[in-house]
Parts: sequence; structure tokens; C-alpha cells
Amino acid sequence: MRALLAFVVVLFGTISTQAAGPLTYNLKPVPIAPDTYVFEGTREHFHRSNGGNILNPGFIVTDDGVIVIQTGPSRRFGEEMRAAIKTVTDKPIRKVFISNLHPDYWLGNQAFADVPIAALPGTIEGIKAEGKGMTENMYRMVGDWMRGTEPVAPTEPVYGSTVVYGSHRLRLIPLEGHTAADLAIFDETTGVLFAGGVVFSDRTPTTPHADVPKWLKALDELEPLGVTVLVPNHGRIRTDKAAIAQTRDWLGWLHRTLHDRMEAGADMAEVLNLPIPERFDSLGVLREEYQRSVAHLWPAMEQAALPRVN
Amino acid sequence: MTPRLLATAVIAAALAGPALAAEPAQEPLDPLGSVMWDVLRADLFGKAPIVFDERVTVSAPDNAENATAVPVSADASALGVVEEMVLITDLNPFPVVLRYHPVAAKPVIGTRIRVQQATPVRAAARTPDGVWHIGGKVVDAAGGGCTAPPVTYAAPDWADHVGEVQARAWAPTGEDKTSRVRFRVRHPMDNGLIAGIPAYFIEKLSLRDADGKELARLETLEPLSENPVFTLDVKPGASSRALTLTGRDTQGGEIEAVISLPWVQGAVQ
Repeated sequence: MRALLAFVVVLFGTISTQAAGPLTYNLKPVPIAPDTYVFEGTREHFHRSNGGNILNPGFIVTDDGVIVIQTGPSRRFGEEMRAAIKTVTDKPIRKVFISNLHPDYWLGNQAFADVPIAALPGTIEGIKAEGKGMTENMYRMVGDWMRGTEPVAPTEPVYGSTVVYGSHRLRLIPLEGHTAADLAIFDETTGVLFAGGVVFSDRTPTTPHADVPKWLKALDELEPLGVTVLVPNHGRIRTDKAAIAQTRDWLGWLHRTLHDRMEAGADMAEVLNLPIPERFDSLGVLREEYQRSVAHLWPAMEQAALPRVN
Repeated sequence: MTPRLLATAVIAAALAGPALAAEPAQEPLDPLGSVMWDVLRADLFGKAPIVFDERVTVSAPDNAENATAVPVSADASALGVVEEMVLITDLNPFPVVLRYHPVAAKPVIGTRIRVQQATPVRAAARTPDGVWHIGGKVVDAAGGGCTAPPVTYAAPDWADHVGEVQARAWAPTGEDKTSRVRFRVRHPMDNGLIAGIPAYFIEKLSLRDADGKELARLETLEPLSENPVFTLDVKPGASSRALTLTGRDTQGGEIEAVISLPWVQGAVQ
């Protein structure tokens, strides 16, 4: 009987991975510091094979309840995240923070609709303006994983400040550059930095809403913090600040290279296949993100470089 | 005739047949496997000979990040003399993007286009022997670029800016001493596919040197992006201090601009 059951399970398992079947992110909370956990995403782009799980959301268990940082790319992700948090603590969710308007940060909000969801005012505005379009695009890119997902904007505007939950002092740091409003959260108690959208680690930075000079300034603001563990929005979690330097290196190269090629007369399509220095080989989705960045950054640079002639 | 002789004659005729009848060469297979190719081939090139030729290159992203402005650059300079180039997007509602006559220019053109869905993007270049040489690649896209509302109309004073030109030219480089020139024309380039907005786009552009000699001529069509940008490599007369860009849109609006060649001594600034 047991053997038969095992056979049925195997058979069902095989069928379910081949057919649309029950999808699961199989989220595992990874402890990274006292009271602090992260769900580590892949270093890929949104795809049906990963369900949009490319972000590093996390949570901090405090005596005042659980602080959740980002809710993931879909309703299903948010629900699985909440269930996974429950395996760690029975404490209620106290507050959710969303770092920016990109869809993988907040499309799990439906699962946290009963608690305050906080974000910078610029993020809330951005989600209200672009959230619907971004949600539709996520359905196109990752398909059935998105089932039932609807855009839910954050409910509570926050500003630069230090807030205390239990024994954890969280410094909310408003930045800009990756998007028009990027929230970094530094836990002064543990030294964990949830860097939000401005730091990437072994994953090529994304630029659809970027202002590169402002972004470089944001990195300068994070540099002096006494960080013990750095949680980048995407990519490898590190116990040093190398990811800040890596993000700065990439953005500097990208900006300088496009600018120099523009001044030399290159056409937009001609820069798509420029060689990328070997030191960036460790960055995930390198060529694809580079080509996306050309689409984001080139037109404005070009307009600034072409004088009016009539 | 004996059976044997008859057989010999039949065989001889069969052997001679192909040579005498001069059958047309086999139509080449589309390397991009486009469902529209047979229709477009007949439409655009009639009975003219075509050949898929890797010497004609198309640079474009694998994925269109912004379906309303996909950068495309075509280069047929490896063919030598080219009389005309056509940019084609097989699966757009209007497949032909533009026709380019590089009169005194390299057969190289860069621009930005709208795509309505994933599509092959091709360049066809006609050499003086009448053969069209065709290269291209597939661009994947979320699509919708041809039916996205134009950004132009968000500005209440848009009409005051139609026909404004931004441009720049670069000093000659390379063995053929061509000068790169890039220009951007403010224009909504309405393709007629959006309800209530009739077609309204630039249809002709021409670049001349200071001697009045035409260097490059473009017939531009619906898939071009709003506020289109063009990159060309032209050969102006040695004493030309500036180029003149002229053009016309489908409502008779004129475009006129002077593009300085600042490296020529005493050029207008």
C-alpha cells in the first residue's frame, strides 16, 4: 500500500510539474542576523520558470510584532510569504514596508491588506499611476503565477526617520536614483541594511526609472553606514559592502560609455552590442539588462546632445 | 524511329531541357520563417530577384523594451554601391518603415520604430544589377507600439513645435570620408491606427550639401516613432559648410533646417 502511495505521489508530482499544476515558490526563510530573515530570490529576469521570484524580501521579528520588507511579485508570493513567516513566529504582522514602485516589491500586498503598508510618498504616487500597467505586464511575463493578483497601493506614507519596534531601531532612509523614491531600511540594532532598489549584488542593475547621477549619490549615502549584513534588492546577500562598490562600478561604466559613444556619433542601435568589460561577467542577466538600459537612458542623453538647428 | 532511337531522343531532350528552358532560379527560403514573407516578397519586390545576404546587417535589440521606440540600424555597405534600401517590419500593420536612397551616402541608416508585436525586422538593399539583398533579425516585443497614444498631445502647445529639428554632424572618418549626421524632428507621426487621430506623418526628407547636391533622400512611413531620429553617413562636397534638411508631412507641413559642419573652415555655428 505504501509503495502504491509513493508511486501515486511520484506520478502526480511528475504530472503536476509538466502541466500547469499547483505552482509554489517553496519559500524558505533564511536567518541572516538576530531576529532577521530573508527569502532569497533568483538572479534572473521575470520568467514563467521562476514566477517572478527574483527579489530578496525579508522580515524582522520584534517584540512589537513582525516588520515585513517587500511583499514579492504576486498574490501567491505574498500568501506563501505570510505562511512561511508563521512557521518562524506566532507574533502578528505589525507593518509592511515597500521600497519602491517596481512590481516585484509590492504585488504581494493583497496578502497583507489587514496591516498598514508603508512607503515613501513618491512610491505610492508611482504605484497609483503605473501599478495597473505593471501588473498587466507581469501577467504577460510570468503567466499563471499571477492568478488573482490585483494592484494594491501602500496605505501609509513614510518619511526619513528612525522608528523603534521592540528592541529594533530602524532608520528609514529616503533615496532616489533607481526610481524617483527609493526607501532603504537600516536596522541600527543588528547592522542589517535592506538596501531597497539602489544596491544590486552579482545581478545587473535595472534602470527603467533610473536617474544615474542621483543613484550614484544615493550609494554615497549608504557607504558610511556600519553594515554587518547587506540585503540587496536583487542578488547575493553579503556581509560586506562590496555590492555597493559593484553597483557604483556598473552604473559609472554604463553612464560613461553611453555618453562617450554618443559624443563619438554612435547610433542607438549600434551601441546594443558593445563589448562589456570582463569584470562584469559575474553579473546576472548582463547583456539583456544592458540592452534594456540603452532603451531607458539613451533617448534623453541624445536629446541633450543634439542642438536645435531651426 | 526505332524504340531505341526514340528512347535516346527522349533522354537527350530531358537532359537538354533545363538548359534550354532557362527555368527561373529557385526562390530562396526565408531564414526568419515569417508567415508574411511570401505576401511581402510579391508586394514589395514583384518579380525582381532577391537573395538573403548576410552582408546586409540589421542591429536591433532581441527584446523591444519600449515598443514605441525600438532602435534599428541597417548596414549594407559590404555590398558596395547600393541604390535603394527598404526597412521592413513583417508583422506590423504597415510593414514598410521607410525607403532610403543613399545618393551620395553610405548605405547605412539608423532610426527608431514602433512595433505592434514580435516581428522580423529586415533591410533590403538594391544593387545596380537590380538584385535585392536582404538581411534581418527577429525582435521580440510585448507589442502595442503602433496603437499606443502619442505623448506629443500631452503638451498643449505641441502644434507650435512640429517640424523643429535638432541635429549634429561629425567630422569625416574612415577610408570613405563620410560624415555622420543625426537629426531628430519633432512630429507626432500619427499612423492612423488610433481612433479619432487621422494619419499625419512625415513622408519625405532630403539632405543636400551647400552646392545643392542631394546626398540622401528618405520616404518615411507609418511605423516610424514619434519625434523620429535618423542617423546617416553622407559625403558632402569638400567646401560645404553646412547641410540643408528639407521635408514634408502628409498635411503639407514643411520641414527646413540647416545643419552646420563645424570642422569646415568658417562654418556657420
